[in-house]
Amino acid sequence: MTEFNSSCPVMRPAEERVLLAHGGGGRLMHQLIERVFVAEWASAGLQARHDGAVVRVGGARLAFTTDSYVVRPLEFPGGNIGDLAVNGTVNDLAMCGARPLYLSAGFILEEGLEIETLRRVARSMRQAAARAGVALVTGDTKVVDKGKGDGIFINTAGIGVVEAPAEIAPQAVRAGDAVIVSGDLGAHGVAVLSVREGLEFEAPVTSDTAPLWAPVEGLLKAGLEVHCLRDLTRGGLASALNEIAGAGGVGIEIRETAVPVREAVQGACEILGLDPLYVANEGRFVAFVPERDAARALEVLRGFQVCALAARIGAVRAGPRGVVELESRIGGHSILDLLSGEQLPRIC
Amino acid sequence: MKFLDEYRDAAAVERLAGALRRLVRRPWTIMEICGGQTHTIVKSGLEGLLPAEITLVHGPGCPVCVTPVELIDQAVAMAARPEVIFCSFGDMLRVPGTAGSLLEAKAAGADVRMVYSPLNALKLARANPGKEVVFFAVGFETTAPANAMAVWQAEREGLGNFSMLVAQVLVPPAMEAILSSPQRRIDAFLAPGHVCTVMGYQEYEPLSRRYGVPMVVTGFEPLDLLEGIYLAVAQLEGGRAEVENQYRRAVRREGNRAAQERIVEVFEVSPRKWRGIGEIPSSGLRLRQRYRRFDAEERFGVEAARVEEAGECIAGLVLQGVKKPFECPAFGTRCTPETPLGAPMVSSEGACAAYYQYGRRQHD
Repeated sequence: MTEFNSSCPVMRPAEERVLLAHGGGGRLMHQLIERVFVAEWASAGLQARHDGAVVRVGGARLAFTTDSYVVRPLEFPGGNIGDLAVNGTVNDLAMCGARPLYLSAGFILEEGLEIETLRRVARSMRQAAARAGVALVTGDTKVVDKGKGDGIFINTAGIGVVEAPAEIAPQAVRAGDAVIVSGDLGAHGVAVLSVREGLEFEAPVTSDTAPLWAPVEGLLKAGLEVHCLRDLTRGGLASALNEIAGAGGVGIEIRETAVPVREAVQGACEILGLDPLYVANEGRFVAFVPERDAARALEVLRGFQVCALAARIGAVRAGPRGVVELESRIGGHSILDLLSGEQLPRIC
Repeated sequence: MKFLDEYRDAAAVERLAGALRRLVRRPWTIMEICGGQTHTIVKSGLEGLLPAEITLVHGPGCPVCVTPVELIDQAVAMAARPEVIFCSFGDMLRVPGTAGSLLEAKAAGADVRMVYSPLNALKLARANPGKEVVFFAVGFETTAPANAMAVWQAEREGLGNFSMLVAQVLVPPAMEAILSSPQRRIDAFLAPGHVCTVMGYQEYEPLSRRYGVPMVVTGFEPLDLLEGIYLAVAQLEGGRAEVENQYRRAVRREGNRAAQERIVEVFEVSPRKWRGIGEIPSSGLRLRQRYRRFDAEERFGVEAARVEEAGECIAGLVLQGVKKPFECPAFGTRCTPETPLGAPMVSSEGACAAYYQYGRRQHD
């Protein structure tokens, strides 16, 4: 008979280094931001808990944001790093209720990169900028030694003019608000991963990268009250909802069956051991609107091709604060928490 | 999605849950062995749909959780060698040893790669003849055939720069350890469906007879688990104890013979230490003499100091179902997925991490 030893070793506190998991959009990233950037910069005016900052210049309210893009492979079904660099920053501005106007682009290129690849990326950026109605007005280029970069890293910054009449922020979310996603989830992450893992599916999955100002403008022009918007990039829907529940001091409940996920994406996630609720999107957002405006908001969103599959997935509750609850497909209830770092596939 | 939606159907679940409520008379404690089953139970909120008489406890079937600290330390030491490309399944990367995790080794400069299959590690070995490619062979009988296949192919190809750090474990000896423990409180088992897909369930029959315990080979979708529980309770209420197969669409009594043959060709049974539990006789696999030159421990001769398990973690009690994760005083406070005191908090298959991720606040 085996004697059970009922203990486990106490872990040595990890040496403080940046891990890849710190970039995964989960709890570790939030800790890093809190402990380093918020700690150092709070007094310098950092508005850390939204996709961009809103500043007053003269009489105008400007939204200002920046984002860096690292993706492997550089080109994937449905887009490339250039599309992401334009759309991602455009969308961060849109999520502030701002019309995106001007973008900068900084490139860090790795020695040995084929110029033709760079040209394709630059062309995609021009096309994406035209589609989003923004101008690429300034830029910068640096080259690093072979092996010190991954082909192309891009940083873009953007400014836009806030057109939303009221503040769009987690703090504006109220109990009773409807939670709406703008389309089906998970396509971007799966498109990138399937290239990386060499997987092919019957129906190829292409990235959902797209600019999102047009549907946001649609909501505002329809006179709907918009409390909060968030694009569902790194960490996916689950992470965005947790951030909003935490910052807004509310509870959120969603129904798994209401969340649109295309069959090819669901299938790929089953094979790869991933949960689509945590997979990154590059052309999807979540909107919080008062119950009375929910039906109309869905109707407006569905009028845009990029939001054709928009769906109402749940509601905001007064509490428990900071908690996102999932009603599962079978009617059970569980907590939809932040991940620690990146999603790692399970062994069996 | 076809072949999945049928097993996640709310109406079917409600019908079966109703039948279970009518069936159950007395309180029963049922253990699911496999971490994949634990994950489904907690994520789908299945426990909340069960009658109050039924208690589920979560067994030791999380390979990441039971891999001993010494092996993780060895893995980290091997990965740190400049000539090594170290390959592992994803969730093993985050498990801390005494000198940190493989992910931390990577951050410090080691070449650590996540792979979905040992055959990808073989590809890396072929493509990098100047490097030593080591694969961390973790898992139960489920992963053993593919891992055996990789070694078998490496031997046929004469691939001298491939080796394997073997941490394979076997389910039936662990079940027997739980059944023979004086602290036992398990009335029935849900046997692990994927393990049985490979091994069949003949080897569970003598265990079920000897200890008078029902065992139901069970799948991984919510409806599978509910049906497995229903069949186990039907046996308990009827005074029967036998092996039944709920997962008929994947499991046959004799299992997958070709896969078993490959395992036996490459591996032999050996004693194995389980993290949080201790050494269990005949509960692991190691490479046979003929394939021993692919054994990374022999090739690199990395000795890891024996780690004395101590501290406030109650992993052993959780892994054998004596305690629930939230009954641990450190749960969710001093022990979280970012600062795990023990392995079950690390992998999403681990009982503690699954509770932390999906069920934490229900027990506040």
